[in-house]
Amino acid sequence: MSPLVFYPLAFVCIASAMGVVLSKNPVRSALCLVSALFCLAIFYVFLQAHLVAALQIIVYAGAVMVLFLFVITLLNLESDRGLGERPALSGIGFCAGAFVAASLVAALSSAVAPGSRGVVLPQTFGTTKVLARQLFGDYLVAFELTSVLLLVAVVGAVVLAKRDGSYEGDEQDAAPARQSEEAPH
Amino acid sequence: MEWLIGGIESLGVILVVLTLSAMLLWVERKGSALVQNRVGANRAGVFRIAAPFNLGFMNTLMADPLKLFTKEDFIPAGADRLGHALAPCVALFPAVVTFAAIPFGDTIEVGGRIINLQAINLDVGFLYITALVSLGVYGIVLAGWASNNRWALLGSIRGSAQMISYELAMGISLVSMILLYGTLDMQEMVRWQGGLLFGVLPAWGVFYQPVAFLIVLTAGIAETKRVPFDLPECESELIAGYYTEYSGGKQACFMLSDFAEIVMVSGLVTTLFFGGWQVPYLDSKAGLGLPGMTPMALPAALITALQVGAFVVKVLFFCCFQILVRWTLPRFRYDQLMNLGWKKMMPIALLNMAATALIILLVEQGR
Repeated sequence: MSPLVFYPLAFVCIASAMGVVLSKNPVRSALCLVSALFCLAIFYVFLQAHLVAALQIIVYAGAVMVLFLFVITLLNLESDRGLGERPALSGIGFCAGAFVAASLVAALSSAVAPGSRGVVLPQTFGTTKVLARQLFGDYLVAFELTSVLLLVAVVGAVVLAKRDGSYEGDEQDAAPARQSEEAPH
Repeated sequence: MEWLIGGIESLGVILVVLTLSAMLLWVERKGSALVQNRVGANRAGVFRIAAPFNLGFMNTLMADPLKLFTKEDFIPAGADRLGHALAPCVALFPAVVTFAAIPFGDTIEVGGRIINLQAINLDVGFLYITALVSLGVYGIVLAGWASNNRWALLGSIRGSAQMISYELAMGISLVSMILLYGTLDMQEMVRWQGGLLFGVLPAWGVFYQPVAFLIVLTAGIAETKRVPFDLPECESELIAGYYTEYSGGKQACFMLSDFAEIVMVSGLVTTLFFGGWQVPYLDSKAGLGLPGMTPMALPAALITALQVGAFVVKVLFFCCFQILVRWTLPRFRYDQLMNLGWKKMMPIALLNMAATALIILLVEQGR
């Protein structure tokens, strides 16, 4: 990967990642996250992992973040009032972040030890066929378990949403539901 | 050299898509006039006297952009200026660059060099297209949120809800196409559709997957957010929806991105279901051969010209078809829109996918 591409891209990626954390506005945070995910996808492309790059954009930038943004704009949150008022929470968040960063640095610094030349990748690396064979062969059990986990999360969300009883409970949540229910049939 | 060819092809494709989108604006004006039985866009100041025939499209192509881009660019008070400026670009970008992965011709040989008539040849070209289509929502969300206007916000919320809903049905139908073709490479998909079905019909995807075709076309029209799916911008309720607060060049960008999306949907439908650049009974190597006849050899340049021409004709047909739909059907109600997306198209798409998988499995075991 040419340094001419790498460094500007890395700068944009880190700047948008910082933007996610530092931005006061939740919509801006979410958009920064989209930008960071997009930059990561471009990195994947340069690392020959085309399928992973495409999936990154389809799943994270295209689906997950759209839903995030949808909810944020629907609730029209004005500003970030969560963590600023709870110093304990932000302290815990900081410690967790520092731990993850430290372990990442430790793991990566051993991977790029001085003198090591890296690995020569096979021609088929990152192609759909190879990745699919790994995903649905070697890691099939983990893959299926993850999908079950996601299913459990979906069912749990539905159950939690239903527990409130009627739609009339919360004015803001009721608006979109009522719109479709009250329309004349 | 390799990157130069790719660059020229990409630039050419983007220019063609943009020009075609601008032309479609005129086609839309003329088409709406045709449907509504009136004269339509027929005022062309500059060349009116000299031209023996009506040059109404000059008006759309020259006067309109000139007017739009010299207008005052108004940003409402309290708007997020960065977001307001970014939104039109974010809306236009995916619609324009998607076309780069759609093949518009077979590989040709020029001076001993093989050139693929496809701006970017990815082995996951299909996923590239779906990825970019799914990014189209951001322009709307950003525009609605940054405008600091309730109508705009409502429009953008409707828009994102609609696009998420219809993307699901579309995605599932596209999966059945991947199952059929067994590849993610767009060029390979078009090659697959080259032969004949039952010795008579061209082996186009639409004859194998008519249900998927209907769903993809419907969801594609819904993605372009035009009548009958224009709830994000329906003018009788929301003024202009998510781009209420846009004027001049930025509004033109939104308009252009709508038309670029039409071109993109047409290109996708053509490639997946109507054989892309394939001409019926014309083989890239053997030449023209009607069923039951020995193929007649044709010069390679003629074959390429016919194939690219066929692709353009097919894309134009679907562009015109979408414009006809837009001026023929009335708007859906919001609950009808959601019911169609979630309760009808989604289960049908799922059933279609399961049936496709089952049939392919049985056919492969029978071999």
